[in-house]
Parts: sequence; C-alpha cells; structure tokens
Amino acid sequence: MLAIDGSFLDFKQLDLLALRQTPVHRLDSRAKVLTTLCFTICVVSFDRYQISAMLPFLIYPAVLMAIGDLPFGYIMRKIVIVIPFALMIGLFNPIFDRQVLMQIGSLDIWGGWISCISILVRAILTASAAIILVAITGFPAICEALEKLKMPQTFAVQLLFLYRYIFVLTDEGVRTARARQLRTFGKRGLGIRHFGSLVGHLLLRTWERAERIHMAMLARGFAGEVHSTRRQSHFGRAELLFMSGWISLFILLRLYNAPQLLGGLFTGTLP
Amino acid sequence: MSHHIVHVKNLQHTYPDETVALRDVSFLIHHGESVGIIGANGAGKSTLLLHLNGYLSATSGEIIIGDDQLSKETLPEIRRTVGMVFQDPEDQLFMPTVYDDVAFGPLNLGLDPDEVETRVMEALQRVEAVELRNKPPYHLSGGEKKRVAIATVLSMLPEILVLDEPTNGLDPQARRQLIALLQAFHHTRIVTSHDLDMVLELCERTIVLHEGKVMADGPTLDIFNNEELLKTCRLEKPFAMQACPVCSPDKRPLVSQPPLVPPHSNKPHDHEH
Repeated sequence: MLAIDGSFLDFKQLDLLALRQTPVHRLDSRAKVLTTLCFTICVVSFDRYQISAMLPFLIYPAVLMAIGDLPFGYIMRKIVIVIPFALMIGLFNPIFDRQVLMQIGSLDIWGGWISCISILVRAILTASAAIILVAITGFPAICEALEKLKMPQTFAVQLLFLYRYIFVLTDEGVRTARARQLRTFGKRGLGIRHFGSLVGHLLLRTWERAERIHMAMLARGFAGEVHSTRRQSHFGRAELLFMSGWISLFILLRLYNAPQLLGGLFTGTLP
Repeated sequence: MSHHIVHVKNLQHTYPDETVALRDVSFLIHHGESVGIIGANGAGKSTLLLHLNGYLSATSGEIIIGDDQLSKETLPEIRRTVGMVFQDPEDQLFMPTVYDDVAFGPLNLGLDPDEVETRVMEALQRVEAVELRNKPPYHLSGGEKKRVAIATVLSMLPEILVLDEPTNGLDPQARRQLIALLQAFHHTRIVTSHDLDMVLELCERTIVLHEGKVMADGPTLDIFNNEELLKTCRLEKPFAMQACPVCSPDKRPLVSQPPLVPPHSNKPHDHEH
C-alpha cells in the first residue's frame, strides 16, 4: 500500500550495512571516495555511442560487493530506483537520432537506441558505485572524508543534517500520507488542491523542527562551527594500494576497449 | 562562587502577534531544589523555559542565574550552567552517532580531546547508555533517546537541569527508569510536565502557572491537595492521590463523565455509504 514507507525503512538498512567489519569497510574513507569519484569520471566521459567499452567497469561494483559482503538483491533493488530517471533522459534519443549505426540482419539500429542504452549503462554503473560507497563507508564518514579533502565545512554539515533528518521527515511525511489515505477510502481524495496544502503543512512542520534543532544546538554552546571528534583513520599502505590499483585499472579500461581487444585476440584481427 | 540560584523577577513576555504569554512571573529557586512547573496547555510553561537559557528574551523583567544577570555577555556561561533537555529528543540528537552528540557540547566549550572523552563516557555512564555510543540516534528506542538526550546535557556539567516534559511518550518502564535516574541527580532541577504523578515523586516544590501568571508556589503536596486551585487551573490530582476507582468505586464520586460516543452510534447503520 504505502510504497514509500517500505523503501525508506530499507534506507536504514543501508546505514546498518556500513557498520560491518570487512577489509573494504576498514579502509580510510578518503580512499574510497576518491576511487569512486575517479570511477564515475571515467564512466561518464565515454563517447555517447559507447556501450561495450563500459561493460568491464562492472568489475568494480562486483568486487566491492563481494569483499564488502553486501546483499546482492538489496543493492540491486536500490539501483532499480534510478533506472526510470535515466530512461527519462534517454527516452527521446531514438526519436531524434535516426542515423543508422549498424545493421543486424535487415534490422537498422539507430544511433538513438545505442545512446539511450549507453545512458542506461552509465546510470547503472554510477548508481551502483555510489550506493556501494555508502554501504561500505557510511554517510557520516563520507562527509568527514570530503571535509578532509578540503570541502567547506558548511557543506559537510548540511549534508549530515540532511541525512540525519531525512528519516524524521519521511516519517512525518508517511504519517501525513497515511492519515490522508485512511480518510479517502481508496478514492483519490480531493485531488491536487489538497495535496498542495498537505505539502505546505509538511514544509511548515519542517521549518518548526529546524527552529527547535537550532535551539538545541544553541543551548549546547553552538557558535557556528561544528567540531567533531576525529576518528582514528590514517591513509596507509592499504589505502594507497586500493586507490592506485583501481585507478590504474580504470584508466586502462578507459583508454583501451577491453572487449574489443579480447574479441580481436580470438579472431586474429588485432588493430 | 555562585549559589546556582534561579531568580526570575517580574518576567513578562509578549509574542510578536501580541499574545501575552507571561505576566509578571517571579520566583526564586535555590541550589539543589527540585521544582515542578505545572499548568494547562498554553499556560506559558514552554515560554518560561525558553527564557531560562536565553533563547527568548523577556519583554520586561529580569532573570538571574547564579551571580549573573541574563544578558548577551553572560549568555555562553548561562547556557553551560543551565542544561536544557527538550521535549522531543529527536530535536536534541542531531549528530551522526550518540558519542558525537554527547561530545557536541564539550567540544563547543573548547575542551581538549581527552577531557571530552572522559566527560562523554561519564555522562553516558550516568544514564546507563555506554553501549549505545556508536549507534546513530535514529536506531534508538524512545527511552534510550531520552536518556541520551539527558547525557548530551550532563556532559557540559551543568549546575541546573531544565527538563521539558521528560516522561512524554515513554512506556511505563522507561518512565520509571527515567524517574529513578532523575531522583539520583543532585542538580537543581526544574521540570515541566503534565505527568503530575512524576512531579509528585520528583519535586518537593511546585509552581502552578495559569494564563501566564503564577497562581501558586509551594510544597507539592499542599498544591495537589488544593482542589479548588487545581480546578481553576484546569488540572487534576495526581492518580497516586486519588482513591482507586476500580477497587472502591463509591469512594470517589468523580464528576460523571459524558460518554464519548453518541448514544445511537452502536445501532447498525441501515443506509449504505
């Protein structure tokens, strides 16, 4: 019934996954953030008709999922959420781009179809990398890493607050939605008009809560800067190995089309 | 050396929409006293509390905490002295983990890391929450959240504890645990609540607010025995002081309650929706 309800409870599980103790969980968060960033840059910088050269990049999420002992089905369900957004972006490509790029039998494959699939592959790759990053690092540690990498503290604090209160706010939203649902008896309620006031109320309540939180911060001596307890973390040999290994692999895969090379090896038509 | 008194003199507060929330409120609370502030909804309890650590500023009147009058200069020291525990622990726990949250105050005081560590662990021990230290706040139960919220304040070593509806939303056992915890404290305690049984157990003195005015200020038992006063202030005797209506129904001729449901509502409906 309430699909949002379920999907957000699921979100908390992502947080629990970050508490696990595996070799990738133990790595310094900076190494993981930078590697994921590099991965993303490599993937999105491919040519728009490229598909095959991107496929080997799947090795990164696959390996991390295996070492990090992450539940495959759960991560997949999270990735599925972003697919509709990616499809929306690529949807019109087949209509506008009708240049025939290849033929399979008598079937013409338009460039639009290829670029649409390419967008989809990119979305799956980058979303999986991002979700896995959160699952093996934890959101607070990511913010801390970004701060250590010289991101302004204000942004880090904003992100942390967003993450902290997303649960509280969705709870509030879900409760409001439930109250509405219980009084509409399966009909559409009173339509969009009342939906507006519902969202408005939610915004006002959010505002009030923000005020109370600020009050609680002031009461404990907040003066514009959030000091945090530094966790023991250092950038050692393991981190260096992790980063240099993956990043050099990404660069290789970015420069050479591995599937094509492999195919060429078998058919003897190496360029 | 301050005596940790709380002295409120002729406090008046008018909100920007011209609602008068407090009218000429005065009282004096001494070191180590435990005082309950009770009153109906909208009596001005929350407004009063927000003045005690300077979040709201008085329209007129003054507040003296210890030796300092509340002003812009004394605000940081007063906020450390007066530990404020808010009604909704969700508002008070905003850091990623329990540990970070309890450390928030001490870090803002500029203490060195070792001192912060000892203070955090001591505060968590006081509220029996050491094992929760690495958990994110949204994974805690209601009772745990409340205890951690108290620890976030204790870590600043306040002399005065101000608690807004501390037992609100707790199950009976968590409530009992919290009361026992608060009883063990030697701080000056100021508690607002609708849980009058808790006030009876915890506070030897009670201040009754009604429509922004102090209606009574005296020993808790005297106030709860004054039925006339309670009635005017839209309050009721704590359950512990009422005869049990189940065991001895005739001993307690309470005002007969009108039924909540209209008398015809249990008839089957003969029309379709």
